[in-house]
Amino acid sequence: MKAPEFDYARPASLDEALRLLADGGEDARVIAGGQSLVPALNLRLAAPPVVVDIGGLDPLRGIEAVGDGLRIGALVRHAELARSALVAARCPLLTQAIAHVAHPAIRNRGTFGGSLAQADPAAELPACALALDAIMIVASRSGERRVAAQDFFRGVYETALAAGEILVAVEIPALGADRRFGFAEFSRRRGDFAIVGVAAAATKSGGRLASPRIAFFGTGDRPQLARAAAAALDGAANDTNTRKAAREKLAADLDPVEDSTASRAMRLHLAGEALEQAIDALWREAA
Amino acid sequence: MTERTSPLSALDRPNSYIGRAVPRPNLGRLLEGRGQYVSDISLPRMAHVVFVRSPYAHARIVSIDAADARKGKGVVAVVTGAELANVCTPWVGVLTHLKGLKSPPQHAIAVDRACWVGEAVAAVVAASRAEAEDAAARVLVEYEELPVTADMDDALAAGAAPIHPDFGDNIAFERRLDVGEVDAAFAQADAVAEAEFVFARHTGVTLEARSIVADWNPGEQRLTVYQGTQAPHMMQNIIARHLGLAEAQVRVLCKDVGGSFGIKVHVYADDMATVALSKLLKRPVKHVADRVESFLTDIHARDHRCKGRVAVRKDGTILAFEIDDRTGIGPYSVYPRTSAIEANQVVNLVGGPYAVKNYRARARVAFQNKNVTCQYRAVGHPIACSVTEGLVDRAAAAIGMDPVEIRRRNLLPDDCYPAESAAGMKFEALSHHAALEKILAMMDYEALRAEQARLREQGVYRGVGIASFIEVTNPSAAFYGVGGARISSQDGAAVRLDASGAIVCQTSITEQGQGSEAIIAQVVATAVGAPLERVRVILGDTDNVPYGGGTWASRGAGIGGEAAWRAGRALRDNILSVAAAILQTEAAALDIAGGEIVDAEGHARIGLDEIARIAYFRPDTLPPDFQAELIATRHYAPRKFPFAFTNGVQAASIEVDVRTGFVKLLRHWVVEDCGRVINPQLVDEQIRGGVVQGLGAALFEHCRYDERGQMLNANMADYLVPMAGEMPDIEVAHVETPTQESELGAKGAGEAGTAGAAAAVANAVNDALAPFGAVISEIPLTPELVLRAIGAIS
Repeated sequence: MKAPEFDYARPASLDEALRLLADGGEDARVIAGGQSLVPALNLRLAAPPVVVDIGGLDPLRGIEAVGDGLRIGALVRHAELARSALVAARCPLLTQAIAHVAHPAIRNRGTFGGSLAQADPAAELPACALALDAIMIVASRSGERRVAAQDFFRGVYETALAAGEILVAVEIPALGADRRFGFAEFSRRRGDFAIVGVAAAATKSGGRLASPRIAFFGTGDRPQLARAAAAALDGAANDTNTRKAAREKLAADLDPVEDSTASRAMRLHLAGEALEQAIDALWREAA
Repeated sequence: MTERTSPLSALDRPNSYIGRAVPRPNLGRLLEGRGQYVSDISLPRMAHVVFVRSPYAHARIVSIDAADARKGKGVVAVVTGAELANVCTPWVGVLTHLKGLKSPPQHAIAVDRACWVGEAVAAVVAASRAEAEDAAARVLVEYEELPVTADMDDALAAGAAPIHPDFGDNIAFERRLDVGEVDAAFAQADAVAEAEFVFARHTGVTLEARSIVADWNPGEQRLTVYQGTQAPHMMQNIIARHLGLAEAQVRVLCKDVGGSFGIKVHVYADDMATVALSKLLKRPVKHVADRVESFLTDIHARDHRCKGRVAVRKDGTILAFEIDDRTGIGPYSVYPRTSAIEANQVVNLVGGPYAVKNYRARARVAFQNKNVTCQYRAVGHPIACSVTEGLVDRAAAAIGMDPVEIRRRNLLPDDCYPAESAAGMKFEALSHHAALEKILAMMDYEALRAEQARLREQGVYRGVGIASFIEVTNPSAAFYGVGGARISSQDGAAVRLDASGAIVCQTSITEQGQGSEAIIAQVVATAVGAPLERVRVILGDTDNVPYGGGTWASRGAGIGGEAAWRAGRALRDNILSVAAAILQTEAAALDIAGGEIVDAEGHARIGLDEIARIAYFRPDTLPPDFQAELIATRHYAPRKFPFAFTNGVQAASIEVDVRTGFVKLLRHWVVEDCGRVINPQLVDEQIRGGVVQGLGAALFEHCRYDERGQMLNANMADYLVPMAGEMPDIEVAHVETPTQESELGAKGAGEAGTAGAAAAVANAVNDALAPFGAVISEIPLTPELVLRAIGAIS
């Protein structure tokens, strides 16, 4: 199929982009890597009057150290994230997760900000943002606001971004030297969207894990924190009973729907397997 | 080993290209991006057609309001089914040798009623594809929904409402076969194993979608059609017939084609609508299916449910097979090859590798409100092979025998030929045992079994699966011709020496990426004695090649190759006559090697360029009564056997993660016997590609429909084609039993990979799951199926 007609603009400044977006109204769309929007256009699932290409906005590029944390520009491509030594050192969860995002050709084009703003419930990066307690920096003509990942993802392809707003960067808070990570995902083929996956973080404290954040994807309409399972792990040692207890809590934490990819029972089962793999990883790293 | 030794022939000459992996002549052009696919063709005044498609699986078309669409930018015309029916007559997809097969007339665009989601109900022609899509969205179609029969068993149930009321039921075709003493065999059996095998509906996803450009020229009253097709002459006949033209008024050109797999050998309503629109509008019209259209309207295949039983004695002797197969084919039998062939093939092929005399089969083919199904790579083979080999493994388990041993005891002996199967299939010469022993050595069967036992103790569940198979290739007229279809079972080749001493071959077979052009060049170069680089092959143009069938059903090398061989040999003889006249010697004392006429001692006497120069420019120097004939044409059709059956065996090593249900393909082996191997690299890659498609069926591919007949995954994200990351290494080897029917001795190799891959994997998975007492009889083998089978989820 061919995309319906739309106006295309490639502004040179953020101000101009925000003005174009505001003028375009509710249905105006931002394009960066185009890995989600272009197929949607060609399938005529989206018919925006104007597409604002933010690819020329240099301030939205780059990965910087901010204090002990990170600031990742919205235009940072997946491939760049995967190669970044800074990310690998400060936030290895992202380095691990990015290897599961689609295929190299898509990673060369797709952007970090684009994946978060797209908010596919089966995508890896929104769950990572949630596990990392990331802060979304959102710009509009009335200025900048900061939205916690927790509040950013609102539903299937739905975020806190209002009409006229652009996600410009993401801040990953300082994670501390003892923060450990685990990532697991099940997809039918390498690079596919997940049936179920998990991004987990916890702090190594003596022989125990503290303050775990366990974010699932593919289990609902948005990435979801498994709070009860996390509570079961918080402060506990590495033993079979804790693991079993945490896994059992998932039925309370998650309410996956049945769709043509997997049944509810299948998703819950795989969520349990993903959790156990993530716990293994947290302990392996903590050892 | 039973490799047959035949006396040395011209095929074995020292400078022969037969049996050598030479580079494909079209490779450079394709790699330079200079291929010419239909998408690349753009003609003056060319318009693009887009089809408005039914969103309902079954609905009456109450009205079509195109007034608003006609106002759209660039719109040339909006045409309904009733309007197009004035230009293009409907067709009926039946063949007389499939007794009782019925199907209603099908129109290029639906008239009054749509019978599946995706059936075209109107055509919008505009200056660009995008404008046509814009206007298509403005065509207002009012539908009245009709009851939907999506599931094949609902369609076959007693009292089910017929989709086509005139027929009284939904049974398009039924076949029964009862050979030997089946009931007595089951009564005598020490064990009986049975299962219901379920095969998902899937499709052949070609890299290049279906595409066509039709150009009606009113000035010369002639239609030129550029199409990615496997059978240009068949299309020429059908287009002419349904547009009311003489065949001579239709030219079909088939340039580069990006994969076919049987998908592009059928008559599609979209294609007929496009040619009819060109005639109606008197201008070129193009249609290139997009991916969604491809999933909704390219033929689907498989979708079988087959109950099977096997009777076996304690000593491993298989006494009888019995099957009851059902399949759903959509609302129409596809034209002109029909949609009954796959079920018919299942009946023909079950039990085929084995010396079993008692066989009973029933097959029922049902109409339903889903997209049509028809012949896709390895028609019927994967079903027959999975049912047979699944039953053989279950029989072995029932009597506690190793799967290899039961095969050794029942496979047709290598010295029993000619032989005939219980289903009546005639085998000239097969090599089941040689193939089995070869694959066991390749895979080191005993070592795999030892490793399996060792790992099982550590909670790692590996499995090994074996599947022997037979493969239908080189079909004679028995396939379609006897049923009344004008589908040629013969092929032709014209080989000439041009004025510079180069060789040109016009062949009626086609190239879709598998290397037809290369093997014809190899055959001709060898037959004539010319260097390969001096041979050019012309194919895919009904104005410029001999009449023939094309490339499908694994017939290109065996039939088209033989025609080219015979034409090349005839040209060689003609060239030697000219050489003998020039050199004043006997032709029998001369040969051609490396493009030179050589004497009995192998000394070069005169080059092909010099022969051509004298013959074309100085015939005055030749004897007065001598006329050089530097073109030779030959045709070939197999006559002694209905099909040149080949055989082979596949084996799979897999690991099941019993925590997640995921099946990991570790290694895969194939030994097959396609007779004379012309180009080992092309054959091996053909086998590997076929295996990958079979593995796709085994684990991934599935056209999922809901009960309302809506396809749920008509896109490349949700329809899972097999991808490199999940594929195992595939080792291929051959046993060569050339057919004695042709000089070349080549049989087909296109179906073998697909025929047995899923059966080998399914047997391997069940082998891995044996400690759990779990047996799965359904493909694709999804993680969820595995977890349910072992009771991990319910």
